[in-house]
Amino acid sequence: MSSIDAANDPVLTASETARSVREIPRNRTGSALKKADNRAAYLFLLPWFAGIILITALPMLASLYLSFTNYAVIGLPSFVGFDNYVRLFTSDRRFVTSIWVTLKYVGFSVPLVLLFSLTVAVALNRGLRGLAIYRSLFYVPSLIGASVGIGLLWKEVFGERGVVNDILALFGVAGRGWINNPTFALPSVIALNVWTFGASMVIFLAALRQIPESYYEAASIDGANAWQRFRRITLPLITPVIFFNTVLLLINSFQSFTQAFVVSNGRGGPVDSTLLYSLYLYQQAFQQLQMGYASAMAWILLIAIGLATALMFWSSRYWVFYGDR
Amino acid sequence: MATVKTYDPELLRAERRKRENIRRLKGLGLHALLITTLGVMLYPVIWMVLSALRPETEIFGDMGFIPTNWTLENFVRGWQLYGNLTFTQFYVNSFIICALAIIGNLLACSMAAYAFARLEFRGKWWLFAIMLGTMMLPIHVQLIPQYIFFLNIGWVNTILPLVVPKFLAHDAFFIFLMVQFMRSLPHELEQAAIVDGASYWQRYWRIILPLSMPALATTAVFTFINTYNDFFSQLIYLTDTDRMTVPVALRLFLDPSGGSSSFGGLFAMVLVSIGPVLGFFLASQRLLTKGIATQGFK
Repeated sequence: MSSIDAANDPVLTASETARSVREIPRNRTGSALKKADNRAAYLFLLPWFAGIILITALPMLASLYLSFTNYAVIGLPSFVGFDNYVRLFTSDRRFVTSIWVTLKYVGFSVPLVLLFSLTVAVALNRGLRGLAIYRSLFYVPSLIGASVGIGLLWKEVFGERGVVNDILALFGVAGRGWINNPTFALPSVIALNVWTFGASMVIFLAALRQIPESYYEAASIDGANAWQRFRRITLPLITPVIFFNTVLLLINSFQSFTQAFVVSNGRGGPVDSTLLYSLYLYQQAFQQLQMGYASAMAWILLIAIGLATALMFWSSRYWVFYGDR
Repeated sequence: MATVKTYDPELLRAERRKRENIRRLKGLGLHALLITTLGVMLYPVIWMVLSALRPETEIFGDMGFIPTNWTLENFVRGWQLYGNLTFTQFYVNSFIICALAIIGNLLACSMAAYAFARLEFRGKWWLFAIMLGTMMLPIHVQLIPQYIFFLNIGWVNTILPLVVPKFLAHDAFFIFLMVQFMRSLPHELEQAAIVDGASYWQRYWRIILPLSMPALATTAVFTFINTYNDFFSQLIYLTDTDRMTVPVALRLFLDPSGGSSSFGGLFAMVLVSIGPVLGFFLASQRLLTKGIATQGFK
């Protein structure tokens, strides 16, 4: 890779050197420099260009095409127009189920994660001793929460003989098999997602620490109580971070796969109660080998995530507070 | 809160002491609350650790929270998944993929980031916007054609589909992270190198990269954690049992025919499987929490 070098180097005239030392390079006007920069930049970007074309753009176009075909890996795709899309929405009840399951999953876990992460972050931001230790411990679930191992653990924790029932027994509540129960399986998976609120919390904490102490002092002198200080100072100032975390969580939760797969052994059961969208897509593509059908599902997911993100950006002007702007 | 009405120093001091005590009490209460919350959250993990260390027959049932008969037999049994297939193989597979993924991401992402952060070129704004856009793309819209393509060139059941994209800077997030970091480096250093006649490659390799160590380390750690935990693509691309990685192998515990009646073995292997992630995290904790805090990462 050392081929990207000497040949592209600009010959610097004395005056150009003097100027470029004074100014930041992005303001340079020398055309020789610019050309050299251009060429070098494209060379540095070469791997990324290759990736963008070969493993992002072309596959995306191909999947758009496949979504209008019938394709079972063997043989050639046969064009069927909008048939896959029509079938998905009119005659595939499992697809509709998977949408509902995903909406419930996203709709409960995102607000809960935000609530937990913000509450704990605010509690930690009060000049507490051992902040670093607390922060790390709260973050640990985020590190391991997405792993198959924790999915397996969760299955036992919420199983008939699991820890949850042990704890409930202390309060005299009769236990049950949560994870094999159509009513409680999805909440158990949501609980696992909420369990990983530490990642959002760390981001909140960083934002909270940037709020100047003097704001709170001034408010205290004016007689504001703790809730008012939170409501009138903290909350408005961290709306950009709430926005950021929400977008991040939305994009991630729409694509959740592993935990639903593990607790239901890949089936999305019981009675399709944990059939998240990605899981159903996986089943269609890699178990039924309905590649065209699954491609249509992928594009619907892309559009859904795009819409959700766009909605967030649109709504942000009404509730996100960007300092002086 | 101007509640002190007189200026008697004795009273003032008493007032201050009272307030100090209340503050301390509130602090203690907060500590208690946080520790309780953590206890509830981490209880399942602690339960698993203790279960893995007690005999199979004592895992479920009223044997008390702390095991009376400590044992490592679960680890021995779990390690031997079935036949002569052990977790040694799965760990080797996982670590090879992780190591290559780290090298790929460090190289390719830092090269792209150098261009975006330190060089001027035509179409920069658009390309940067595209790069950011790809961060939001669900993998599913690329997955199926990628799979078909890799299948046709005979890459399925090899590690190539998992590793090669990293060398093509497919993880745009890390480009972004490095761009943010490289932008903040002072320009004077590179200017001095230009005066000395350093090539672009030398400026990148000798000046910018060494200064970007914090961003590179964050990238390495997160690439490890993400790749090690990545179940979806490994499930799809690695099907032969001897190619399997740790998460894919763990999945076999779900299979009722896979000799998985051993809960002790399951817990022991789950515990061992999260070990490397926790180890990496502890080793680089300060760096990481800083990185997450400034870049926002899940």
